[in-house]
Amino acid sequence: MKVVVDQDTCVASGQCVLAAADVFDQRDEDGIVVLLDENPPARLAEDVRQAAAICPALAIRIEE
Amino acid sequence: MTEAPSFPMTRGRCPFDPPPELGRIRADEPVARVRLWDGSEPWLVTRYEDVRAVLTDPRISADSDRPGYPPPSPGIAARRRQAKAFINQDDPEHAAGRRLLTADFVIKKIERLRPRIQQIVDQLIDDLLAGPKPADLVGAFALPVPSLVICELLGVPYADRAFFHRTSKTLISRDVTPEQAVAATEELLGYLGDLVEKKAADPGDDVLSRLAVEQLRTGKLTRRELAAMGQLLLVAGHETTANMIALGTVALLENPAQLAGIRGTDDPALLANAVEELLRYLTIVHLGRRRVATEDLEIGGQLIRKGEGVIAATDAANRDDTAFPAPDELDLRRKARHHLAFGYGVHQCLGQPLARVELQVVYGTLYRRVPTLALAVPVEQLNFKHDMVVYGVHELPVTW
Repeated sequence: MKVVVDQDTCVASGQCVLAAADVFDQRDEDGIVVLLDENPPARLAEDVRQAAAICPALAIRIEE
Repeated sequence: MTEAPSFPMTRGRCPFDPPPELGRIRADEPVARVRLWDGSEPWLVTRYEDVRAVLTDPRISADSDRPGYPPPSPGIAARRRQAKAFINQDDPEHAAGRRLLTADFVIKKIERLRPRIQQIVDQLIDDLLAGPKPADLVGAFALPVPSLVICELLGVPYADRAFFHRTSKTLISRDVTPEQAVAATEELLGYLGDLVEKKAADPGDDVLSRLAVEQLRTGKLTRRELAAMGQLLLVAGHETTANMIALGTVALLENPAQLAGIRGTDDPALLANAVEELLRYLTIVHLGRRRVATEDLEIGGQLIRKGEGVIAATDAANRDDTAFPAPDELDLRRKARHHLAFGYGVHQCLGQPLARVELQVVYGTLYRRVPTLALAVPVEQLNFKHDMVVYGVHELPVTW
């Protein structure tokens, strides 16, 4: 699984951090998504898929 | 041709369920014409996937000044013409306004407020228990918790709460006249304008001070623009959470088996899950998210033309069984994180991390510390907020 984030469309809702805190973080200065792990392990795959599904700005893309 | 049903519809016997007619529309005609107070007939979108499509489509605008935009009441239409903040703007103006505030709502930053929120909640429960019973849980607890928190965060003097509780109640009521709505807007904007000017001269450690220094002093934003932003944060920051606390308590007291599941727990994951389910089940912003099409487009197989109003019914979507099995049951253990109670798309609630922490602390503390908490009147006698854009109860008499 490869994760791609688009920082330009991110609206800093923080949903991805709540779904998968090992994979996503927020920049302190503006809350924009920071990708911690672009190839997350299989045990986190479901959380990462949820993060992509609930991102309100559709800023997370997953390549399987 | 049958006449479009009027919207909003009347709720049925269960005070927590959306109007039954909304469920019938979702099943039979997912994108349906409805008739509003002004005779206009926007589209009502009720299915989960369609609501998400509406709220993420760049051809659908949140700009309340566009012709065809469907305001919930004449008062709200009038006050939005008077003062608009980013919630009723499109990108790039919306994004620019929102980005001025995103740093204040980063999850790590909000988590640092948790001990202070716990302290506020504990103190208010101490005061409640020391006072007479029955007591009104709205006035004694549900409203003070988020009011105190948002006041501290913004730097608004809590001593002025009677004033802004009164004005913000007018702002979110559907029953007031345009004149009353505009007068309350001007009162609150005048107050917040004075406040940001004071903070520009003598800043403290709060959000309005930071905005005053960075935006007002440098001439990037006017006093009125900052006041409008402050008004949005102040009103949204306490009305919504206050209603989630009070209405959530009614729902839990009416579902004692569910309440028992969280009363004794100190498991933060269980409480966080319960908060998401209560947000879904109650969906207190219950009149839909209002939009207007800027081009011809198709939603759920229905052609929507440029200039036609669209109402994304998040309450109906949150009871759609394609997204939530057995959706009319309150089940605090279900996975409900994908609910739409905070909206969806670029306008999704900015303050949601704060709301989550407040509700986790409240639900994790109130019923544990007051295990005998009970309604002091039958649920049928409660005065539910059918007349407000945020649903809840006007008063909540409780005993213990």
